[in-house]
Amino acid sequence: MDIEKREYAYYPGCSLEGMAKEFDIATKEVFTRLGIKLSELADWSCCGATAAHYKDRLLAYALPARNLNLVGKSGKSEVAISCAACFSRLKTTTMQLEHDSKLKAEVELVLEEKYEGGVKPLHILEILMQSVGTARLQALVTKPLKSLRVVSYYGCLLVRPPEVATFDDLENPTSMDKIMECMGAVAVDWPMKTECCGASLTLSKSDWVLNLVEKLLREAKDAKAQVIAVACPLCQANLDMRQIDLQNQKRIDFKMPVLYFTQLMALAMGAQKEKLSFHRHLVEVQSTLGAYLNQ
Amino acid sequence: MARIGVFICWCGENISRTVDVVKVAEAMAGVPGVVTSVEYKYMCSDPGQKIMKESIKNDALDGVVVALCSPLMHEKTFRTAAEEAGLNPFLLEVANIREHCSWVHENKEEATKKAIAITRSTVERVRYNLQLKNITVPITARAMVVGGGIAGIQAALDIANGGHEVVLVERTPSIGGHMAGLSETFPTLDCSQCILTPRMVEVARHPKIKLYSYAEVESVSGFVGNFEVKIRKKARSVDTSSCTGCGICQEKCPQKNIASEFEEGLGKRKAIYVPFPQAVPNKPVIDRKHCLYFTKGKCKICEKVCGPKAIRYEQEDEIVEERIGAIVLATGYETLPATFFPEYGGGRYPDVITGLQFERLASASGPTSGELKRPSDGRRPETVVFLSCAGSRDLAKGISYCSKICCMYVAKHAMLYQHKVHGGKAYVFYMDVRASGKNYDEFVRRAIEQDKAIYVRGRVARVYEKEIEGVKKLVVKGADTLLGEQVEIVADMVVLASAVKPSVGAAALAQKVGTPYDQHHFYSEAHPKLRPVESNTAGIFLAGAAQAPKDIPESVADASAAASKVQILFSRKEMERDPYVSMVNSDRCFGCFSCEAVCPYRAISRKEIKNRSGEVLKVVAEVNAGLCQGCGGCIAICRAKACDLAGYTDQQIFSAIRGFNTTSTYEEEVVKK
Repeated sequence: MDIEKREYAYYPGCSLEGMAKEFDIATKEVFTRLGIKLSELADWSCCGATAAHYKDRLLAYALPARNLNLVGKSGKSEVAISCAACFSRLKTTTMQLEHDSKLKAEVELVLEEKYEGGVKPLHILEILMQSVGTARLQALVTKPLKSLRVVSYYGCLLVRPPEVATFDDLENPTSMDKIMECMGAVAVDWPMKTECCGASLTLSKSDWVLNLVEKLLREAKDAKAQVIAVACPLCQANLDMRQIDLQNQKRIDFKMPVLYFTQLMALAMGAQKEKLSFHRHLVEVQSTLGAYLNQ
Repeated sequence: MARIGVFICWCGENISRTVDVVKVAEAMAGVPGVVTSVEYKYMCSDPGQKIMKESIKNDALDGVVVALCSPLMHEKTFRTAAEEAGLNPFLLEVANIREHCSWVHENKEEATKKAIAITRSTVERVRYNLQLKNITVPITARAMVVGGGIAGIQAALDIANGGHEVVLVERTPSIGGHMAGLSETFPTLDCSQCILTPRMVEVARHPKIKLYSYAEVESVSGFVGNFEVKIRKKARSVDTSSCTGCGICQEKCPQKNIASEFEEGLGKRKAIYVPFPQAVPNKPVIDRKHCLYFTKGKCKICEKVCGPKAIRYEQEDEIVEERIGAIVLATGYETLPATFFPEYGGGRYPDVITGLQFERLASASGPTSGELKRPSDGRRPETVVFLSCAGSRDLAKGISYCSKICCMYVAKHAMLYQHKVHGGKAYVFYMDVRASGKNYDEFVRRAIEQDKAIYVRGRVARVYEKEIEGVKKLVVKGADTLLGEQVEIVADMVVLASAVKPSVGAAALAQKVGTPYDQHHFYSEAHPKLRPVESNTAGIFLAGAAQAPKDIPESVADASAAASKVQILFSRKEMERDPYVSMVNSDRCFGCFSCEAVCPYRAISRKEIKNRSGEVLKVVAEVNAGLCQGCGGCIAICRAKACDLAGYTDQQIFSAIRGFNTTSTYEEEVVKK
């Protein structure tokens, strides 16, 4: 299919309606510039995220199954997802229900409809790397992020478990790094690409999360990064929000903006900074990215 | 009418506890053709056997059934006894009423019924037993040993010193195997090459050993005592008979940056090369993938500088045939490459190396002349972390087994490191230390107590590179499960004790030879305890790490054991085999030769049947009893029912089946109908 006319069903997920609104905005901005239509699913609901699969196995599969059925009903077979957790839950569900007929029957019972299957959940990184390609990405860059040192942070769910997240290398993923290079930035190799940020323990065990985030930020700083690029709302929240705590506790003495990779892409592709909601971040962006924001 | 004797054993209480043996004897006494039926407490004892022998003579028996334990236990005992009493041994059959009956049942009444049925069935079978004779086949008293590592070398030398010819086939340009590349050996720390190379030279000089280096087994046919083997001698591009091994070609070859296999990729070699100075044979080989002449069509420097004119660019692979009586498979092992461990940065970070690579770094003949230096920048490593069980005992890596040699060589590495880098720190991450062997645990204690290796119980999750004060270091993140803490060690070098697995091509060779292997491609032994160096295929023996991970002493012991098995086989001029082979009834055969097409052993030939004036009346199939393995393929395919299996004829089998549930004989039933 001609990529220009391509259209995907789009599942934003709850975070992208709320605290990660800027991820949603930037992603749509990038895809519009690429000429790819993202049609948001009508009446989509929460995927259950971490809460559901901690508490109730059936719920953890039934919620994604409902949304997967919506994709089929909209006449599409592929659904684009920005949030790493939503991607993981939807993809896990497609794989599990394919061979677990008992679970499938239970899911169908609570959904009060048949689970149709045949839907392929795709993370937007996967679409950008595999269907769009670096050449096309590069062609759209009008304001390259020249000499901006970016470390790409993938976290857990974009590469794990390896049988679910298959589009990049488990131990040393590079898709986001390659995209950052296309945007003219310096993709800095660092060892923490797939370390955990503490995820939802941020609420119950915030001291653990502080330790993990401190480690991540220090390594980013040691790698002389100016900004951390992420693709997961919870990773962003932890790295951004807990950074303030670490500063207040005088455990770190620097600021490291944490941006969604599509925000950086949109910027390089010439989007207005006002459009990209940089003001929503807790760690102030202007002083690091000023040169790029105002170019 | 047949004259059959039935002899029932109590086996002490083993049978009589659950089977009423007296009742079985009474029941058999009433069977037509049974002239005597007796029970005895221990039939296998001398007096028990005597009862049977005397009865054979006195009652003029022409068939015997002994109802007792499994035929695997005592069939041979009783057949020998029967032969001594003048009866053809194949007229005696065992009815298994112990393993198949008394041991597996509790209800005595039901078990007695079953014992009667089993014995009755065997009586019906024995009526149609034929007087067979063991088949004798000549033995070619020459052995082939595949693999020229320490196991293959030991096996070849032992067999040759026993006076038999040996063909030793080695895939690489030199014999020596992994042992030639090791630094020092546990638990004595003697130099590996120093103890190995005299053996290698002995192989080269031995008048009874024919060495094919840079050669592979192409095909194997035939059977025990009579294998025909084709060996592919790969083109060396050097005439070994005129080459003097002077080394000038190697010196002058301009292709110098090829990663050396012998140096585990840490050193370089030329395109024409001898793998290491003590190689046997000490004759070079041209690596055609890298040779300028073979890749670009020019150069030929080696030919120009060669005094004796031994370079042969036009040389081709050559297939040689050898007749062999027994084969020893000693194809050895390899270890998982560092690239198998992306979580430890294997393949990405040059200072993450495998145990075999560390051996080369620590070896006086190695790329650093035995000085410990980091592959990346040549710096002396001040801290080294050794990871045992890298891949072993890890189902996520597909390996369930323990690689066995690592605990010991890791301790040795830690020790060698301390000896070479005074004041350096050696950390060892381990799951548990398995040092069971003579002086093995003492050796590990020495590494810990005397050489101060720091043993950390736990596994490593990740290794990453980080520049600290201008030097690239490796950060090792792991768990100390004794402290219950996460630990991070900043190291200069990480050594992976990566899992042992069989050599590439082990499975393919097993298929050529026709011997089984397990899911990991280790060769399977015939019995894990009692026949550890024999395969299930007669005449195929196993030695060394091709069968399971093994260290040097074990491999050598294996090799000597396999050699002694070979010599036992060669101690006779010919060999007796069970006569259970296919027979062709030439009256019935009409010469379709479907049997010839299906026979996997090529045991079917064509025979012309002529009349008195020499005219060919018809051509029929004939079985070569020496080749036939009694698989029954020909019997199943034969439309004329001309093929039958001696010892297991259709008549015997059908009669035995009827016997299970009948009170009448086959003859009576057929006559009735």
